[in-house]
Amino acid sequence: MLIRPLAATAALCLFAAPATFAQAAEKPTDPQIAHIAYTAGEIDIEAAKLALKKTQNKDVRDFADDMVRDHEAVNKQALDLVKKLKVKPEDNATSKSLVASAKEERAKLAKLKGAAFDKAYIDNEVAYHKQVNGALETVLIPSASNAELKSLLETGLKVFQGHEQHAEHVAAALK
Amino acid sequence: MSPKRLFGAAALLLAVSMPPAQAETITVTIDKLVFSPATVSARVGDTIEWVNKDALAHTATVKGGWDVMLPPKKSGSVVLKQAGALDYYCRFHPNMKGRIIVAAK
Repeated sequence: MLIRPLAATAALCLFAAPATFAQAAEKPTDPQIAHIAYTAGEIDIEAAKLALKKTQNKDVRDFADDMVRDHEAVNKQALDLVKKLKVKPEDNATSKSLVASAKEERAKLAKLKGAAFDKAYIDNEVAYHKQVNGALETVLIPSASNAELKSLLETGLKVFQGHEQHAEHVAAALK
Repeated sequence: MSPKRLFGAAALLLAVSMPPAQAETITVTIDKLVFSPATVSARVGDTIEWVNKDALAHTATVKGGWDVMLPPKKSGSVVLKQAGALDYYCRFHPNMKGRIIVAAK
């Protein structure tokens, strides 16, 4: 239980505080933003696939199915867009630290079973979507310079806000 | 009563019991996770058709009522059975909300 708040704090520093972001680098560039958004989606797909292997709960399974389907659809749109814009997504410190904390979270989830797994997975989904939404709102959308990329991020934000609410409904039902 | 007069009476009865207006189909478009128009007015017997322009699957769901699946780039519909105000949402993205105000025939 110690790792969790630590990881959450690290992620929060990364995302919730634009100041940290600004210190690490100036505004992220479009190729970096595209990479961060795509990576954030991939992370959630991987978490959902783990949940589909482990859960016995129908609500959790349905939710995980939705995450795979939606994030794959959004990421496909993102790939189509970067191809069209001839932008090459560029790996960066934010993407790297997202991947690192996701790896930690997955390792932790992999050890859990049954109701404990379901609760940890869904709670993390609520927290994760909150963080990503915060980053989209405060950093990624305002920094995007291409109008089409900005528009896709704005749609992505609505999708992820929907997921956050959906995850909250599932979390409430698990209690 | 002759068969002819009987037919006449039946036709009259039918005409009287028919609703004054024909049932309509009302279209609600979904684009970028927004039901548009968000609120529609309809009558019992009308059909609501949702046209999903998103690359994402959505639903039009009334809690404890109907649940219409709206796959990406597809549409779905429901026939309104009773009067009243119906609030619906998308099960996958509960931040998407819409309302149908259904009047009696």
